[in-house]
Amino acid sequence: MEIAVIDYKGGNVQSVLFALDRLGVRATLTADPEAIRRADKILFPGEGEAASAMQELRAQGLDQLLPTLTQPFLGICLGMQLLGQHSEENNADLLGILPFDVVRFPTTPGFKVPHMGWNTLQQLRSPLFAGLREEDYVYFVHSYYAPVGEYTIAEAAYPISFSAAVQHKNFYAVQFHTEKSGPVGNRILENFLKM
Amino acid sequence: MLTKRIIPCLDVKDGRTVKGVRFEGLRDAGDPVALASRYAREGADELVFLDITATNQKRATLVALVRDVARELDIPFTVGGGIGTVQDVEALLMNGADKVSINSAALARPALIDELARRFGSQCIVVAADARYHAPDGWQIYTRAGTHNTALDAVHWCREAADRGAGEILLTSMSNDGTKDGFALDITGAVSRAVGVPVVASGGAGSKQDFTNVFQQADADAGLAASIFHFGEIGIRELKEHLRQDGIPVRL
Repeated sequence: MEIAVIDYKGGNVQSVLFALDRLGVRATLTADPEAIRRADKILFPGEGEAASAMQELRAQGLDQLLPTLTQPFLGICLGMQLLGQHSEENNADLLGILPFDVVRFPTTPGFKVPHMGWNTLQQLRSPLFAGLREEDYVYFVHSYYAPVGEYTIAEAAYPISFSAAVQHKNFYAVQFHTEKSGPVGNRILENFLKM
Repeated sequence: MLTKRIIPCLDVKDGRTVKGVRFEGLRDAGDPVALASRYAREGADELVFLDITATNQKRATLVALVRDVARELDIPFTVGGGIGTVQDVEALLMNGADKVSINSAALARPALIDELARRFGSQCIVVAADARYHAPDGWQIYTRAGTHNTALDAVHWCREAADRGAGEILLTSMSNDGTKDGFALDITGAVSRAVGVPVVASGGAGSKQDFTNVFQQADADAGLAASIFHFGEIGIRELKEHLRQDGIPVRL
């Protein structure tokens, strides 16, 4: 099985490679369109800022390639947000694969931004979460979020409910860090690799 | 519900974990890689790794050791010590760090915080602030591993760091560090209420009740400690069970 981790200078990719390594899976970090197109599975991790990430994707021609992919695809954190239409973060146009707009958490007393730490998952509705229980903990760190919609396959609350995970066809994505969410995150990665 | 985080801290010198009192009198606490993986298994929410020799001796953080620790960890991992440039941060992220903690370099040139936040995102930039109480002036910020008093007001500096783009403040009370008399509740609460980003309380943890107090009375988002975990005085799981009984949300 060939697994491509997309390299667009998007933050903590090494953590994702280590997580796959701990699961006994070899993956290739690549920005090469041909290697990405022929991979069996694709991971699209990311951290950082939406507009500069999109700039990097455009510079590499990946903004055109990614929407055409048909194999199982997993976006993580910023890699989830980039699948939407538009982000409030520096007014960035995104890849447009899913119909959501990314917005910033409103200022709410007692709820600091970024939303950082372990929070519970609810409304799990995907084979991606096989073996998980409602209220299992995963690790989040983000200031922007995708609202809940028909594409939502898991929710979390801070304090408003938002999309903890989304799906459209072969495109799965999670707002939290699977690679940093202990045994729960490992299980989600394993579930994805079996798709 | 978002939980309060428990964070073991590995102070590393010459490849070993060490721990002192009020930043002095270091003693050996073991192999950092073995400790890191033990803490992850026991339910630590995050791990902080501080290369405490880096700033004084002006050498780069031990990137290879960071890599060895990161390889073991399926929880978030923050690395600090001697970080002063975009290249330093890039090298650490490329070797498995999830966040970096900056201290002296941010005080020497505060615009570094803005630059790093713009380049890597606020979520991975932690500003570590070491504060010491001076009567009658109040809490002042120290730099260069606690050897130099900047005379900056602690709340003022932490607010500036957050405004410039720090995603988290790691606040260490030097007055409490290593004493096991409890966290500095007054300054932790003052900083936590003054900034809009999460605050990690550090310095002085000696009992399970100290963690309850810093979460309930000082609005800390996370509690960090070293020696009580390294020397087996308090287990992470038993600490979290205590906190849950006190009504504090924790991941168990």
